[in-house]
This record gives sequence, C-alpha cells and structure tokens, in this order.
Amino acid sequence: MDDELDNFRLETRAWLEANCPSEMRDGAKGEDAICWGGRNWVFSCEAQKLWLERMAAKGWTVPTWPQAYGGAGLTRAQDKILTEEMQSMGARLPLQSFGIWMLGPALLHFGTHEQKLAYLPPIARGEIRWCQGYSEPGAGSDLASVQTRADIDGDSYVVNGQKVWTSYADKADWIFALVRTDRDAPKHKGISFILIDMTTPGVSTRPIRLISGQSPFCETFFDDVRTPRAQRVGEENRGWDVAKYLLNHEREMISGGGGGLLGGRPLGAMLAATEGGLTDATLRAEAVACEVDTLAMALTLERYKDQAETTEIGDASAMLKYAGTELNKRRYELMMKVRGADALRWDEGDAEDWLRTKANSIEGGTSEVMLSIISRRVLGLPG
Amino acid sequence: MSLLPTEDEIMLADTARGFLDAAAPVSHLRGLRDAGMTHDPALWAEMVAMGWAGVLVPEAQGGADMGHAAAGVLAREMGQTLVSSPFLSTAVMAATALRQVANTRANDALRQIADGTRIYALALDEAAKHDPAKTELQAEADGNGFRLTGAKTFVVDGGFADRVLVLARTTGGLTLFDLPTDRKGITRKTQAMIDSRDAVDLDFDAVSATGDDVLGHVDDAMTVLAPALHAGQAALAAEMTGLAARALAMTVGYLKERKQFGVPIGAFQALQHRAAHLWSETEITSSAILNAGRVLDSGDDATLAVSLAKARATQTAQLAVQEGVQMHGGIGMTDAFDMGFYMKRARVSAEWLGDYSYHAERVARLRGF
Repeated sequence: MDDELDNFRLETRAWLEANCPSEMRDGAKGEDAICWGGRNWVFSCEAQKLWLERMAAKGWTVPTWPQAYGGAGLTRAQDKILTEEMQSMGARLPLQSFGIWMLGPALLHFGTHEQKLAYLPPIARGEIRWCQGYSEPGAGSDLASVQTRADIDGDSYVVNGQKVWTSYADKADWIFALVRTDRDAPKHKGISFILIDMTTPGVSTRPIRLISGQSPFCETFFDDVRTPRAQRVGEENRGWDVAKYLLNHEREMISGGGGGLLGGRPLGAMLAATEGGLTDATLRAEAVACEVDTLAMALTLERYKDQAETTEIGDASAMLKYAGTELNKRRYELMMKVRGADALRWDEGDAEDWLRTKANSIEGGTSEVMLSIISRRVLGLPG
Repeated sequence: MSLLPTEDEIMLADTARGFLDAAAPVSHLRGLRDAGMTHDPALWAEMVAMGWAGVLVPEAQGGADMGHAAAGVLAREMGQTLVSSPFLSTAVMAATALRQVANTRANDALRQIADGTRIYALALDEAAKHDPAKTELQAEADGNGFRLTGAKTFVVDGGFADRVLVLARTTGGLTLFDLPTDRKGITRKTQAMIDSRDAVDLDFDAVSATGDDVLGHVDDAMTVLAPALHAGQAALAAEMTGLAARALAMTVGYLKERKQFGVPIGAFQALQHRAAHLWSETEITSSAILNAGRVLDSGDDATLAVSLAKARATQTAQLAVQEGVQMHGGIGMTDAFDMGFYMKRARVSAEWLGDYSYHAERVARLRGF
C-alpha cells in the first residue's frame, strides 16, 4: 500500500515536471493567477491554456471525480500526494470554479447518469463556468423563502424573479438556481434545483459595486425564462435537499481560507518581511495567538478531509465555515494593522483583499446561522 | 499520517471510559478531598493492573509500549472525570525520560513503573512560571559526586512519589538527577492546591548524589528531559481536552434541562451561540491533540506539534470552564456542583509544564516570527 503510494508520488512528480509550463510554477494564488475557465475565458498566456488542457486530459482538474465524468478517480491519499507535489513545485491550480467546488459534488450525488455525462466533463475541462443562484433580496439567511418562481408549461419551466449576490454571474455560462415550484407547500417543500443557460432569452445581470471597489457579485434577473424540466436536479419540490448538500460543500470550501495562506503568504513570513521586524509587543502577541489558531485550523481542515473519505461531514461543515471565516477575517485585520499606512493605498492590493474577507462570514450562510446550525443539529439544543 | 482515531484507539477510549466512570467519577476526587487526601493508591493499583502505568514502557520491561497517541487517549478519558493519579508524572514523563537512557538502572526503573512499585514526580520549576532554562538549584561537584542545594516548587505528585527527577545546574549546563524522595537533606512541604491534587515544594539542603544518580549525562539534561516534557505536555493537553469536552457536555445538558421564562434556557439564541462557539473550539483543539500524538509516535521533532496542542488545550479548557460556570448560573458557583472542580483543575493544568504564553511563544519562534 505504502509502496503503491510512493510509486504514485514518483510518477506524479515526474509527470508534473514534464508537463507543468515554467510560467505556471510561480506559486501565485491571487485573483490574477486564477483560471476560471468558461466560454468567454481569455487565457492570461499560452502557458495557462496549455496547463489547463494537459491537466484536464489527465483528469487532474477534478482528481477525485470518476474517470467517466472527467476526473481521475484518485483516492484521498493520492489526491493529497498530488496536492503536495503541486505545492512543492509551486504549480498553480489549473482551474478553479464553482462547478468544481459546488455543483459537481451535488451532481455526483443527486444527478442522473445523463446529467452527470452532460455537465461534469465540461466543468472538468474548464469549458463551462457556473454561478450560483441562491440568495434573493428577500431570502438571505432565510434562504428557504426564495420567491423566484418556476411555473410548469409542458416540458418547460417558465422562470420569473430575481437573484442577488450571484458571484460572477456576468461572466458565467450557466447558473444553478433555487426556484419555487409549489407556492402552496411549506417553504422548504416547494423548492426545486434547476440549471439554466445564461444565454437563454430573459436572463440578465447587473454587477454590484462593493466596498472593495470590486464587483464580484451581481444581481441576476429572470424574465419569462424558458428552461427544460429535464434540467432539474433531484425531484421536483425536493430541491432543498440538493441545496443543503451543496451548501455543506460550499462551506467547507469557504472555510479553507482560515487554515491557509494570507494573500499567498504565511503569516510568519509576512511578519518577518515587515520593515524592522515586528517589534510592537501588543501586535506581536496578537500575531502569535493568530498563528496558533491558524495552525490548529489547518489541522482541523485536514482531519475533516480525512473523515470525508468515509463519511459525510454534514452539519459539522457549519463549524468549519464559522471558525475558518472568522479566523480569516482576524488574519486580514492583523495584516492591515501590521502593515499600517503602507496598506492604505489601493494600488497595494492589501486593502482590497482585507475588505473582501468581510464577506466570508456572510456568504454561504452567516456566522450566526452557522452557530444556530451547530446548536440545533450538533448539540441538539431546542429551537 | 491520518488525523482520525484508529479502531484500536477508539476501543481503548471505550474501555478506559467504562472503567473510569465506575472507578473514578468526579465524586471520587471529591471524596478524596473531603477526606483530606490527594491520592488513592488502590485506584492507581487498578490502573496499573490494566497496563496503563506501562503504556510507554517497552515490552521487554513489562510494559504495553502503546505509544504517545494511546497515552493521549487514556489521558483524555482521565480528564473527563478529573482523575487524580500519577499517570502523567510517572507513566508518561518519567517513563519517557528513562527510555532515553535505557541502561540497567533505567530499565529496572521502567520495570517498576510498569508493575506499579515505583512512583515518580518531576522537580523542575523554581518560580511561578515554568521555565527549565532558568533553573538555579545547584549541583556542585563534591568528590566523585554532587551536592544539591536549592528549592523546587509545584512538584506534582511529589507528596507520595518514591522517586523524583530533579533538574539542577552544573558547571557546564543542566543535569537531571534521579533521586529517592527520602534522600537525606530533601524536605517536602505539602501545598494545599486548588484542584485538590498533590503538589509539594521541595527543599534541597546539601543533598548528596553520586554519578549513578545522574539520568543521562552530566551537563546534558535536555537530551533526556526534552522528550519527557514533550510527552507530558502532549498528554496533559489531551487530558485538558477531556476536561473541556465534559464541561461542555455538562453545560449542554443543563441548557436542555433548566427552565426559565417557561422554556429550556437552551432555546435562547444568546446561550446557543455561546455553546456552539465552545463546541467549535473543542473540535479545533482536538485536531492539534491528535496531531501531537501522531508526530510524537513518528519520532520526528515534536516541539511545534506539542506546543500547539498545549497552547490550544489551555485556551479551550479555560473557555469551557468559564462558559460552564456562566451558563450554569448560580449553581455553577456552588461547591456541591462539580463544575468548580473542572474550573480549578483547568487553572492548575494551564500552568503545569508551561502556560499558554510559553507554548505560543515556542510556536511563534518555530514559525519564523
């Protein structure tokens, strides 16, 4: 077993060495270095395109997905090795997307074979970029009260309504959305989970300018949008099950920020690089405590990934999301304090990252919603 | 290296839990305290019979040699009911120190630890804060041997131990001595500790020691002591997570049971969120504990893993007992209720073998601060 893994590591290292273009080995993790893919994606350079194509052909954009759906069917142990080998050579991720993090896992669990074949390989190859249509102006923390309606008309749904906080909706090719298919049922029982091509007539988007100056989120409008009923995932009116499952994956994904790097830099390295070292005793003490918690969080993410090999993490993902995002906010607050006036200029980029983290504990379920989930479903408190 | 407990570890925890719930619930510690005692030799004899004293003793010396992760599993279960025993000082720390030496005398000592005929304490601290590097107790050369003069404090289990590992300053550094506690010139002064466990101050008045009393080599205490401290710190951290887990469980139980304004107080979001936050902290700390056990067993340098575990465990245990008392309200302040025992043990464990700052600072240095 260990021999097999050792062999896998050697083969992986050799393949990466032979196939990862040098431009893709700079360890860059910032927004500028991300390849999101999609119909309208403009590659930053030829190397980015080549890297995506080679990794996709190998199934390594989604290493643990089955081969039939564009993955490589790697075990968790193999996946871990692949990640380690990529990190040690500074290889960028070839592709990142909501398709990989959110829709993919939900389709693997709830999709029909036809749906998996239709939607998963294009995600794996970076050909289709997905966005998430969950929140609405009147449905934030109370997500199950979504009002966007999908009325049945023959083999189609006719969708009307508005979504908000749709990340990158203006750049996405398709959207997975929660829509109301039964207006009379209790709110959790009248929701369906459907897939809509963003080029369908009646779909429009409007970016929202945020405090960071960036517009990663949009409003998305549906005006008599006709979409086939075959594009529903899971049973009609049972979309809440799919939504919850996907949310758990989203929360695990968001929680990752708290255990990892800070703008691509470990905290200790960043502090060491601070002019004159970190001499302020109060700030240093804060940084030390933050480092302790960051290391413990990183181990916790590892432990839960190990656990996810055999059992669903389920409601405990609320803890990962809560703790990971609160920690990430704390880390960026600390970074701003340490960098002082140097971090106050927009062209430094730090302020943008810092402001962005404020959304971490809101998106995908607020910290307060997470605490309520833990309290009811993990601790069994009433309510 | 998986951070999940193995089948064996889960079984060991279940066995320990079953035994300790019957033999050493919190009422056992309360009984000892009320009787003016700090140690129950009969309980330790049962733990010895179960092989726990030999958890880190090699099989050749009659031990079970189960490793540090397993020692952590046992310590965690002991922490749940605040078991008072020399497990940490004797079975974890002294055994680990003796293993580093592994000469005939050390092997004899290991055999006696495993069969329960020898109990050790560690005499390290001399001031209010743990810091072995600041040791001042002098071991002056005296003919072929040494003469020890000075004082030690916070010697846990020192009141009933037969042997004591004493850290002393010698001309070229620090040296570790393995002495009988009744050696002429050693005076024990019992301290009434807040957690109702045993701890003494030791006074050394020109205590004679021979070269044979040195554990390891002269001027080189840390080769033997550092692994022992790491093992003890990791096991203590595990014990503290057991303490925190039980304090949390008691609190959650109370939130479901206690009614005010006509509803269980656990229906109030203010309390729900406090409890949920505490649970999150215990989960995150558990990862650091499991990691420390794994790294110690791997044989790699465990300093970072151990200090991370002790720092996190200290914070989490303190939070658990403070939230425990607050959410229990008035009853949490009464001596008749157990939460106070948890609070006092958490405070003592927070200081023993290095407090939060001591360990967080070690983490920071190793992380390039």
